[in-house]
Amino acid sequence: MADKIATREAYGAALAEFGEKYDRLVVLDADLAAATKTGTFKKKFPNRFFDCGIAEGNMMVVAAGMAASGLIPFASSFAMFAAGRAFEQVRNAIGYPHLNVKIGATHAGISVGEDGATHQCLEDFATMRSIPGMVVMQPADAVEARAMVEAAIKYEGPCYMRFGRYAVPVLFDKDNYSFAIGKGIVMADGADVTIAATGLMVEQALAARELLAGEGILARVVNIHTIKPLDSELILKCAAETGAIVTAEEHNFIGGLGSAVCECVSGARPVPVLRVGVEDSFGRSGKVPPLMEYYGLTAAHIAEKAKEAVKLKK
Amino acid sequence: MTDTRKKELLRIAYEIRKEAVTAVYSAASGHPGGSLSIAEILAYLYFEEMNVDPADPKKADRDRFVLSKGHAAPGLYAALALRGFFPVEELKGLRQIDSVLQGHPDMKHIPGIDMSTGSLGLGISAACGMALSAKYQKQDWRVWSIVGDGESEEGQVWEAAMFAAHYKLDNLAIFVDWNGLQIDGPVAEVMNPTPLDEKFRAFGWNVISIDAHDLDAIEAAVTLAKETKGKPTAIIAKSVKGKGVSYMENEVSWHGSAPKSEQYEIAMSDLDAALAKLG
Repeated sequence: MADKIATREAYGAALAEFGEKYDRLVVLDADLAAATKTGTFKKKFPNRFFDCGIAEGNMMVVAAGMAASGLIPFASSFAMFAAGRAFEQVRNAIGYPHLNVKIGATHAGISVGEDGATHQCLEDFATMRSIPGMVVMQPADAVEARAMVEAAIKYEGPCYMRFGRYAVPVLFDKDNYSFAIGKGIVMADGADVTIAATGLMVEQALAARELLAGEGILARVVNIHTIKPLDSELILKCAAETGAIVTAEEHNFIGGLGSAVCECVSGARPVPVLRVGVEDSFGRSGKVPPLMEYYGLTAAHIAEKAKEAVKLKK
Repeated sequence: MTDTRKKELLRIAYEIRKEAVTAVYSAASGHPGGSLSIAEILAYLYFEEMNVDPADPKKADRDRFVLSKGHAAPGLYAALALRGFFPVEELKGLRQIDSVLQGHPDMKHIPGIDMSTGSLGLGISAACGMALSAKYQKQDWRVWSIVGDGESEEGQVWEAAMFAAHYKLDNLAIFVDWNGLQIDGPVAEVMNPTPLDEKFRAFGWNVISIDAHDLDAIEAAVTLAKETKGKPTAIIAKSVKGKGVSYMENEVSWHGSAPKSEQYEIAMSDLDAALAKLG
């Protein structure tokens, strides 16, 4: 496997790269530029970077005002403060008027690590997904993160992008990768069960597929980088062809990708859906690998759930 | 301004009042008190000061207006309709399911609305974002906003106040509608935000205190705001909530309730009498 890169690093680098090409792009942060990596953009385009200080609610609505004035603002903070603290501002000032604001939320999920529960946002898919017209995305690696940023710039409307703090392997080849909002990616085929994963759980899903292969179960792995609008065509196809789905996300198993997949199949093609995620609890401090183990966000746990799902088919 | 012009603007302010009360009456719902208190400010901004074009409501170089106290929508809608952004007749559809005139301003569907507002504390931040955009894009349009006195209890108002001073947004001016009443009672009793002038000054703003119903004072404040460089301006505008309708004046119950038919007749006759006095 190639180098490991955190998706927040790729986010900052992409902003700096695309700042050249898209002159309406401006970046806002709330005193976290060094951590969200918008600092990479700030260094290159100091006049297009606006620090809002530790005031996320104001930042989101300032971004709305800038979008209403023809700019393409990226507003960044940790997911907890972007989608949590500033939920109402995002809902009323960005979502309701459908303004062209891009929210770059970093430090999402358990993999924040040592900072612990107050900073480990496990609810952002749920809050952002419930806002009409909001695009909600999370990349699996640095290549996808870069492509996602450009897709968001080209898309007219509000987007929420979720990036990680923790360095993860690069899964895609930059030259052969293409990104489309709302289109899932089949990473590996299989006929017995589908594992629909997002973010750093895609890597775990691929490892789970190996474990399952050893036991004669062929798992299909799909990367759902867009939680909303969900690629329902792909999900329903997987439901029809594999008969069972396991979802995997670094989020509360209430309200995120697992819920979205359940909502999709329940009315159209009901199949067993088992959800791997944080099981309705807060996070805690620790190093990332033991934390992922603690909360069951592992290949082994996904493989267990996949076997259960296969049994439920009968 | 000349006495004739002042009289014209005052007449417009009273027409705004009549249309706002009529809209609330038609809807049997809405916020008359805080619409009536800002009528002269709206008349001055939309009929004297702001560069806007009803035929091209989204034109790029227009001045922007953000009604941060979004519940005063009936007043703003009346001003927009009288200015020609949409037919005055449409005001009677306020808050009805088949009308675009939502209970609070909706920029997506209502001609002339520059920002969707209603959730208190948000509009002033949006106004900051617009003002910053104008500066960043080296454009010379300005941003005007009206913030409620009760609204200034929202912490975000002060986040925005800090932001506007930090970025030296001298193309932004807000009116604080100091009518002294909010839903639960007198502002000073519910959660006293005073002294607002000293607070804004301490946050780095240029502060001007005026009578919200005095058009000369409004004009002087607007002129001073435009001349002030390097800092945003807060115009603390002492107003009478419910201004112009005898039984609504300084009466907290008219913050968010609609007149019944007899009350509506009294309101119209009060406002017509005021118009008649103008000659």
